[in-house]
Amino acid sequence: MDSYHQEKLHHTPWIEKYRPKNLSDVSSQDQSIAILKQTIKSGNLPHMLFYGPPGTGKTSTILALAKELFGPNLYKSRVLELNASDERGISIVREKIKNFARLQISNPTVQDLESYPCPPFKIIILDEADSMTNDAQSALRRIIENYSNITRFVLICNYITRIIDPLASRCSKFRFKLLNSENSLNRLRYISDVENLNIEEDVLMKILSISQGDLRKAITYLQSSSKLSNMNDDDDKITIEKIEEIAGVLPDKTIDGLVDLIMKKRVNDIVGFINDLVLEGWSIQQLIDQLHDNLLLDDKVDTRFKNQISLLLLDCDKKLNNGTDEHIQLLNLVLQISKIV
Amino acid sequence: MSLWVDKYRPKTLSQLSYHDSITQNLRGLSKSGDFPHLLMYGPSGSGKKTRIYCTLNEIFGSSIEKLKIDVKTFVTSSNRKLEFNVLSSPYHLEITPSDMGNNDRVVIQDLLKDVASTEQVDFSNQSSKRHRFKIVIINEADSLSRDAQAALRRTMEKYSSNIRLILVCNSISNIIAPIKSRTLLIRIPSPTPNEIGKILHNITEREQVQLSSGDVDKFYERLALASNRNLRRALLSYETLAMQSETINISSNQQLINLDWETIIKSMAKDITTSRNVSTIAKLRTTIYELLSHCIPARIILKTLLFDLVDLHHENNKLVEEVVSTGSIFDERLSLGTKSIFHLEGFIARSMVVIDKYIR
Ligand SMILES: Nc1ncnc2c1ncn2[C@@H]1O[C@H](COP(=O)(O)OP(=O)(O)O)[C@@H](O)[C@H]1O
Ligand SMILES: Nc1ncnc2c1ncn2[C@@H]1O[C@H](COP(=O)(O)OP(=O)(O)O)[C@@H](O)[C@H]1O
Ligand SMILES: [Mg+2]
Repeated sequence: MDSYHQEKLHHTPWIEKYRPKNLSDVSSQDQSIAILKQTIKSGNLPHMLFYGPPGTGKTSTILALAKELFGPNLYKSRVLELNASDERGISIVREKIKNFARLQISNPTVQDLESYPCPPFKIIILDEADSMTNDAQSALRRIIENYSNITRFVLICNYITRIIDPLASRCSKFRFKLLNSENSLNRLRYISDVENLNIEEDVLMKILSISQGDLRKAITYLQSSSKLSNMNDDDDKITIEKIEEIAGVLPDKTIDGLVDLIMKKRVNDIVGFINDLVLEGWSIQQLIDQLHDNLLLDDKVDTRFKNQISLLLLDCDKKLNNGTDEHIQLLNLVLQISKIV
Repeated sequence: MSLWVDKYRPKTLSQLSYHDSITQNLRGLSKSGDFPHLLMYGPSGSGKKTRIYCTLNEIFGSSIEKLKIDVKTFVTSSNRKLEFNVLSSPYHLEITPSDMGNNDRVVIQDLLKDVASTEQVDFSNQSSKRHRFKIVIINEADSLSRDAQAALRRTMEKYSSNIRLILVCNSISNIIAPIKSRTLLIRIPSPTPNEIGKILHNITEREQVQLSSGDVDKFYERLALASNRNLRRALLSYETLAMQSETINISSNQQLINLDWETIIKSMAKDITTSRNVSTIAKLRTTIYELLSHCIPARIILKTLLFDLVDLHHENNKLVEEVVSTGSIFDERLSLGTKSIFHLEGFIARSMVVIDKYIR
């Protein structure tokens, strides 16, 4: 590899670098993968709908599937990837699909046929399909019908409920589950080894717990923390504190300090403390989440108060969703909690 | 002659004061020649932009400061012409989406695609061409529509070897989760009063500002706190003070510069406290109209007034608690409603009732 391409690879984020290359690399989604492998063998493919939370392997799976079907040579002429980053006005989608579908199917070479099934259709991937309007989706339904003799559509989304039924019902559905921690941990460990990171098991665990089953998040945290760690040699160790800072998580100490003031009902100090937190730039949403966990998932608060606290949290969440001021709403929340405990 | 905020703006990482560990991190990022997409967040005037440019300077050298402004036009699907500014150097460009209103999604897509799909090759070194990515700074990223943010998602992955985004915002609460999981979050806290004091002191020496005798550090601290730890504001007020008199009187009973509207709201809070009656409400209505007509947003008026009231009554716990609760309700009404004057007036009336209850 020449230096230019080496550098380019070096500039490729790990979530791309470590994207599963083939279906067997995709972990945790055994059932879906098994069915997909079966379909490859059969040489036919239904229209499909992949759904599930972010970072669970949906995009990776379809890219890998397409590669296994067509191999690198045919890939370009047989696979069209459209996503929310593309102009989604339905007329443009129709135009793009029409142009792509109309192109003569390029014939596989003998070598291609030896290594890949090369079925006689094209694949159109519509990633992040849940951000399409309902009108666009209805139009899409007709497009799919018109071209289904020579193309297969794959829709990808987070929320299946956002896909209109007439569209969803034309597809085989594949649910992508949150990754289990053992598989995710293995993946992180593998990347850490290849990249030569100085990182301990409990820190990897912390990354997993903060990223809550989203492997993309976990890999981004891992890369970010390694980037921040390798500048001075005596400090190349990746610590829990570094991970927390990168993820924007407040230190437990800070939350405990706030809860302490709440319990002691020190109104004045609370006003000052909250003011400082805001000036420190902390995400208020994050702070409220952590406050929730601290107060409700713990025994230091009497159960009879927990109900009331949940109601206050709900009220605050509702107000913030209405676009209110974070500083005012947080202060109110905390003062109200301290009033009842 | 440039303003002190520009004249004393650090240009390189080594000139940066305060938040040394963040500076270290940025140096690490620039040294590795590669970094992930960044999301820089923190209060206004905490030094976000300054740090970004220092980092870019470290990577690309001082030509990053050779900025030019292009006015780009974009034709929307409804055939409307839209003009917006793009600030750029050979290595980066900078955009502010609020210039684009409802069209932020299409405009950003269009622009990014354009940049992202061309590989950046550095030919400066004759023998070996080098791979480059281009930096795109997006200001006020928290004001990007959901649509526009969603559109950024796959772009950030697909073209990741050709562009790096640096998103800048005050609060990350309005940034959608998929973006947060694709970026390195860097939080920039406001500098402490002490850190601001050091910067002010440095300027005092360099500019030979004459100060009356007294506790200088105390003076800097008051200035920092009066600016709510916003460094830009602190520098601007200090420069104004210095222009106003040959020698600045730094004794603590001397008024610092407050913005006019802040002074006005402060005295509103006093009126609400001392003369709780209908004629005050009528008088304050006129004041509010005045403020609104000077483009002070209703939400800022409410917030400032609320915190002034909290300040005035800080020794009265029950009152503070209730007035904050009142504020939180009217803050919501302001966001949902359209007639802001009604809600501001409602807040004033309610506050009087609350104060009445606890002060005899
Ligand atoms: N099931 C999985 N097995 C292996 N890696 C995964 C899996 N899910 C996600 N990843 C990792 O996370 C990154 C993002 O995955 P992606 O397939 O784009 O997620 P999605 O499309 O579901 O949001 C990939 O580059 C890969 O490194
Ligand atoms: N590290 C620093 N040392 C000294 N002055 C600084 C520093 N960072 C910022 N400033 C000053 O503060 C002003 C505001 O900083 P800026 O980066 O524009 O803040 P933000 O982008 O967070 O609103 C700048 O014009 C500069 O003069
Ligand atoms: Mg995806």
